[in-house]
Amino acid sequence: MTAPAVWVENISKKFDRVKAVDRVSFAVQKGELFGIIGPDGAGKTTLIRILTTLLLPDEGKATVAGYDVISSYKKVRHLIGYMPGRFSLYQDLSVEENLEFYATVFGTTISENYELVRDIYKHLEPFKNRLAGKLSGGMKQKLALSCALIHKPELLFLDEPTTGVDAISRIEFWDMLKRLKKRGISIIVSTPYMDEALRCDRVALMQEGRFLDIDEPEKIIGKYDKKLYSIHTTEPYLLMENLRENVDIQSVIPFGDHVHFTTRKDVEIDPGDLQEALIAKGFKDIAVKIIKPGIEDCFMDLMNIEPQ
Amino acid sequence: MKRFLGFIKKEFYHIFRDFRTLMVLFGIPVAQVLIFGYVISNEIKDVKIAIFDQSKDEVTQQISSKILSSGYFLLDRNLSSQKEIEPVFKAGYVREVVVFEPDFAKRLKSEGKATIQLIADASDANIANQVVSYTSGIIFDYVKLLNMEEQGAAGINTEVRMMYNEGLEGAYMFVPGTIALVLMLVSAMMTSISIAREKEMGNMEVLLVSPLKPIQIIFGKVMPYVVLSFVNAVIIIFLGHIVFGLPVNGSLALLLGVNILFILLALSVGILISTVSNSQLVAMFISAFALMMPTILLSGFIYPIENMPEVLQWLSCIMPPRWFISAIRDIMFKGAGLLYIWREVTILTAMTVFFIAMSIRKFSVRLE
Repeated sequence: MTAPAVWVENISKKFDRVKAVDRVSFAVQKGELFGIIGPDGAGKTTLIRILTTLLLPDEGKATVAGYDVISSYKKVRHLIGYMPGRFSLYQDLSVEENLEFYATVFGTTISENYELVRDIYKHLEPFKNRLAGKLSGGMKQKLALSCALIHKPELLFLDEPTTGVDAISRIEFWDMLKRLKKRGISIIVSTPYMDEALRCDRVALMQEGRFLDIDEPEKIIGKYDKKLYSIHTTEPYLLMENLRENVDIQSVIPFGDHVHFTTRKDVEIDPGDLQEALIAKGFKDIAVKIIKPGIEDCFMDLMNIEPQ
Repeated sequence: MKRFLGFIKKEFYHIFRDFRTLMVLFGIPVAQVLIFGYVISNEIKDVKIAIFDQSKDEVTQQISSKILSSGYFLLDRNLSSQKEIEPVFKAGYVREVVVFEPDFAKRLKSEGKATIQLIADASDANIANQVVSYTSGIIFDYVKLLNMEEQGAAGINTEVRMMYNEGLEGAYMFVPGTIALVLMLVSAMMTSISIAREKEMGNMEVLLVSPLKPIQIIFGKVMPYVVLSFVNAVIIIFLGHIVFGLPVNGSLALLLGVNILFILLALSVGILISTVSNSQLVAMFISAFALMMPTILLSGFIYPIENMPEVLQWLSCIMPPRWFISAIRDIMFKGAGLLYIWREVTILTAMTVFFIAMSIRKFSVRLE
């Protein structure tokens, strides 16, 4: 029997009077890609630091690869790779020197584990003599991931790896994680971007220190039981003001050039009627539709965001 | 071991790639020796004095001419009444007035005792101090000479010279002081800043999670600075010797040994500072206020400890540089051996052990 990659029971952590992590329990299976999704200040970083043995929980128990994060922290540290939120690179060292440094520190060499980082590092090789401080955000992130991987960890902890990285690099990054997962590495990744949840095997939605839900992204979407409407508009702000005056409408959330809203329980609105009513109020280019919820709608609903 | 070496290699990259770090490491020490040597050097030269001779006899004439021929003093004017003394100071050129009491030679002969009053412009206390001690040295020299003539004893000669040198020794003070300052700056400040930088940039998180032991991280950070600090100490001693003709009368090995001891002490202080500061700025401020100021003010580097109020004298006892400066002064100028400076060495060793113990206690294997 093998221990789960991560097993957490009732972990809490307080800073002064703020509960950063509040009675969180979950388990991550071996080889799973597990996402912790939540807005800034939700407690994602604190949770990851507890699991990487950098912080002590106030209460609760956690194991990583079967080892207790408090009593066997040294064992845990040998098994994991960690990429903190701020890129942990030395700006005044070149790409190659950074990688070499982390390889030596972990008692290995670049050539020994080159196989593992090859996919990622090959993008960087043309720039291997460039100082890390002069790389673009996406390249820094690739280098940081290479550094976290160079010692062949069983588990990878990534704290907001895609924050501040352009959209294409983000997609590439998730592709890389997928490939690493195929090699059997368990990955725990935190992110504030809800759309990235779909790339995970399972996700936990975190807010104010608590897990609101843990499940596969599709199942979270499946649990959504409200009728969701979407309106395409060129004036989202005005439209939202207008919709909020309607007593039947419960939550109104902007999505780019769309506005999503739900209705109060047992109330249904006919899209055609609403469209006409809005056009009568002077809105142009309006299209009201009933849509299937996306993961973001589910999260918004779970987080109970109701802008008043 | 290989991990450790890799760490040290990285540390050297940091140091040699940052122009500012290099300047702090090697530019400042050299500049400091030269600046302290030339500017703050307590040596006096061509100081203007006035003489108020109420006796005008053979002895006072002799003393006056001895003072004026020393090369340190220039006669601004002769005064003829007590009232002229203050205006002379107020005019601002004259640093010291030498007052001979009436019937000087007569009293010296009949009572065996006569008084010279030295009035100094103490608005600049250091110069006043120096001027007075130089003048007393010259007068004392003369008195000795007088005694020697009467008794005909030749052996006193060397003793006189030594006493005379004592006044001069102040001029050499800056080199031990500068070494203390530079070692504090390089060792304590640079290490505390560089460790704080790892924390600030988020690298410490990864290093802590790595299989490196905390002691390896600390020693890896500290090692390069031990080497560089030592190089610095040697440069300063060498510069002092070449440019300012400073003697190294004692054993060079002992001198370097004491330097290494002080480097270790300063580094352990630096590590302790880094354990309580999370950013480079905080580390720098703590270093500057907790180390630089006391080193300059309370160690006897610039202001003699004997002249301090008693409370500060007590306080100076817990300042590591005080003991270091005292030890290397004894080695360099007095040629003292280990037996002579055992007290200083013991105190420095005890302090080092204390600070290392404190840093190990304070160093956290986690982030809090």
